[in-house]
This record gives sequence, C-alpha cells and structure tokens, in this order.
Amino acid sequence: MSAIEVKGISKWYGKQKQIAVNSLTFEVKKGEVFGLIGPDGAGKTSLFRILTTLLLPDSGNARVDGLDVVKDFREIRNRIGYMPGRFSLYQDLTVEENLNFFATIFGTSIEENYNLIREIYIQLEPFKERRAGKLSGGMKQKLALCCALIHKPTVLFLDEPTTGVDPVSRKEFWEMLGRLKDQGITIMVSTPYMDEAAKCDRIALIQKGDILAIDTPENIINSFPEKLYRVQTEDTGRMLKILSEYSSGLYAYASGEYVHIAFNDNLISPQEITIVLREHISSEVSPEEIRPNIEDCFIHLLRA
Amino acid sequence: MNDKVIETDELTKKFGSFTAVDKISFSIEKGEIFGFLGANGAGKTTAMKMLCGLSKPTSGKAKVGGFDVYTQTESIKKNIGYMSQKFSLYEDLNIMENITFYGGIYGLSSKEIKMRGEALVEKLGLKNETKKMVASLPLGWKQKLAFSVAILHEPKIVFLDEPTGGVDPVTRRQFWNLIYEAAQRGITVFLTTHYMDEAEYCDRISIMVDGRIDAIGTPGQLREAFKATNMDEVFYSLARGAKRSE
Repeated sequence: MSAIEVKGISKWYGKQKQIAVNSLTFEVKKGEVFGLIGPDGAGKTSLFRILTTLLLPDSGNARVDGLDVVKDFREIRNRIGYMPGRFSLYQDLTVEENLNFFATIFGTSIEENYNLIREIYIQLEPFKERRAGKLSGGMKQKLALCCALIHKPTVLFLDEPTTGVDPVSRKEFWEMLGRLKDQGITIMVSTPYMDEAAKCDRIALIQKGDILAIDTPENIINSFPEKLYRVQTEDTGRMLKILSEYSSGLYAYASGEYVHIAFNDNLISPQEITIVLREHISSEVSPEEIRPNIEDCFIHLLRA
Repeated sequence: MNDKVIETDELTKKFGSFTAVDKISFSIEKGEIFGFLGANGAGKTTAMKMLCGLSKPTSGKAKVGGFDVYTQTESIKKNIGYMSQKFSLYEDLNIMENITFYGGIYGLSSKEIKMRGEALVEKLGLKNETKKMVASLPLGWKQKLAFSVAILHEPKIVFLDEPTGGVDPVTRRQFWNLIYEAAQRGITVFLTTHYMDEAEYCDRISIMVDGRIDAIGTPGQLREAFKATNMDEVFYSLARGAKRSE
C-alpha cells in the first residue's frame, strides 16, 4: 500500500474556475521523501490542503495511509502531521505551552514521543519560556516541526518549510528530515529551491497545476534531452546577448558565475558555439559540457 | 560629491545590551549591484532600516545618496526606492492606480506619472491590463511591476529585500534583466537574497555574521579568498562560525 495515492485530483477557484490543481495522479511510497518542486502559484499548497483534509477537491480522489481524504477525514487528521507554509502556532503561548497544547489535542504527551523530537527540541529548550511570537524565523520553524511530530504521525506534510531561510539553516533542516525518514515516517515536502530537490527520493516538478515531470532526481536529470555546456564570464549580459542573437536553436541563461547553453546538437555543434564566443568575447573562452542540475531541467520543461 | 552613493563608518545599532549591527564600514558606488548577504538573524534587516532612514543608529556614521542617516532621513526617503516580497503593491488597487499612488507618494507631478506610467506598462507588456487588480496577477508579474514602481521616480538607490522569493527560475532571470537595466541607467541596487546563484550576479557582495561584515568583495575575490568553488561554500564557511543562535 502506498502512503499517499492521488487519482485525478483537481481544484479550481472562483467564478472563472481558475485551475489550481489540474487532474493530478501520482503515488508516494511508504517511507519515501517526496518533493513537490515548483514556484508560487504551482498548486502546491492547494494539493497539501486537499491531502490534509482541509480542502475538498473538485474532482478525483485521494488516499492517505489507505484512508479516503473526504470520507475518512477524521481518522486522517489523527494520523498525519502538517506544517503549513505560514507560521500557524499560537504566538501568545510559550514554546512549551504550544507543544503541550498540540500533544494534548492529539491525546498524547511530550514525554511519550520525546525521542522523536528530542534532537530538534534540545535546540529550543533554552527558550521554552519564550512566547512563540518572539522567536526568530529559524526557531519558529523548528517549533512548528516539533508540534507537527508530537503525535508520531505516519505521514508528514511540510509546505515550504525552508522558504526565506538562509542556506545554512536550510541544510540543517534537511538533515533533520533525513533522520525522520530513518524512523520510517513518510514525508511530502514542497520547496521553491531547486537545489533541495536532490535531497528527495522522488520529486514532482510542478507549474500552474500541472506535473511537468515526476521521477527520481537522478532520472529527471538523465532524461534532459539536449546538450548542456557552461562557460565562465565576467560579463554575463553581453554573452547572453551574443548567444541569443546567434541562433534560436540554443537557449542561454545565467547560472551563478556561468552562462549555461542548452542546444540540440543535431542543429548546432559545440565547436560552432566556441567559435562564436571566441570571436566576440575573448579567445580564452572554452565552453565545457556539464551534467544538468534540477534547475536546468525545470527551465527546459518551462520552455517546452 | 564623489560617486559613493552609500558610505558607512562603524555604523552600529544596539537594542539594550544586544548589538544587532556591529561597526559596519563599507561604501557602494553609483550603478553598482550590491548583494547584502547573511544568515537569518545576522543583522541585515536592522542595517537596511538604518540605511533607509527608518531606524536611528546607536553610533557610527552613514550617508545615503549624500544624506546623513541621523539628520536627513526625509531626504533619504525621497531619494531611494524600496521593494520587498512582503511589502510592495496594493492588491486591491489596479495596475494604473498603484502606479499613480506611488508616483504621488514619491512626489511626481501628474504629468510625469502619466508619462512614466505609460512607458512602464508598455515595457512590461501590461498595456492592456492596466485596469486589472494587482491581486489577480501572477506572482512573477507582480514582482516585476513592484520593482518598476519602486524605481518610477528614478531614485539614486533601490533597496530590494529578497525580491525574487518563490518565483520560477525563468521569471527569476527575467527579473534580473530589469535589475541590470536599472544599474546601467545609474541606479544603485542594494539587495538581499537567499539564492546563492544570485550572489554571483552582483558586482560586489558582503556577508554579515553576528552583526559584523566578515567578508566583502566581488564574487570572484570571495571565492578565491575562501578557496571555494562557489558562493554556497563561501557562505557556509563564514556562517558556520556564527555564535548568534537563530
């Protein structure tokens, strides 16, 4: 049995029936870390709210831990943990009070499942008398995760837990998720940061309610259909302009200190690109072939 | 006046016994794209507030657009633009109403507002959408519009606080094209971001740790100084040493 089964789920809003989630079908296996990767407006939050029984789908059906998200909503709520994108704890309660509150609601106690949250809670303990509203962003995030875990959920839903968080704290957060996975918890997590995709077992790249691709990060990268080269430059703008004017058969874009050039090598040869750049930029440039990353794949799919 | 648009000398802000910003000194030139990086809680927001004339420093000196951050905060506000992910446009006003409103706030005449507003919507390809509520626009458009509105009055400096959060990678790159254009026109761009690849798009960056600026330079200089292959590694090696818990 899969931890999450989604069959033809759609959601639209308003009189104009604007599509938020467009007939999605996929499964998440037990114990998997499954990533929903996509920008704001992709439909990530609507999907989360449907699977956590907070929003009714307009069509299709879905099961979480074998239970129907519409019929069995009460039982699902007992079994899952949900950390919404917006901070949703009680700002006027202290760290400890919030945690106690969530434990009580779920008929358990902090002590009962302490081993699950111990590692995270240890970092919060010095501030346990502090009101949640007075915590820093990173601490709020850790407290929200503790509250979502306190009843030992079978499936954990995390909606953009790392948005607006600096790279160091983001890395720590993903290490925590790895340890939760080791305890057998299924995790569905969304993020707009493409570099985090590599940390998931499988990912779905989504945009405007549609799944563009769904697979392991490895397979998504392997299915990149074009050649990808990169070239270092001091003047990104100029290089982009030269390349885009040279041929519509290639797509050049900035990526950190490099310019990435994706092209179909039946139409353009790498040598050709080198010649053009040497002529217009400098005789020193030498584009090198690279393996795409998830962001390259996403950009490719957006163009398709 | 020289070409230094921002100049600080041991600028400091304390809240009680807590030093949020600890003697930061740096300068930024006209037309530079300056990335202001640091972990959450490092003091970036407090520093930015002082530079925007919204928070009085505890000690040290700073001039923004040639104006003093202690005594000329009103002049500073007139000469800067500001945009963040959280605060930008009014969702319940349409595109043209937002332009008119901000143009008025920045002291443009109605003639100027009309002229610049029309040029703006033309450029962004929103000419036929001017009566659309901002709430109904996709996030990527909102952010491009918000940025264009923030520089409607051609300020000396524009402050961008995580301007590209949450948008898709293609839109993010389009947004950067707008930033480059503004910088080429001579507008200094001061921005924060959590995307380390964007740090590479800046002319120079600084990295704040525990209220101090621990590194400043071009992306290439920092990579070299920290023997790192990318900005991610530079950031890790600096932020790992942070004492201030977040």
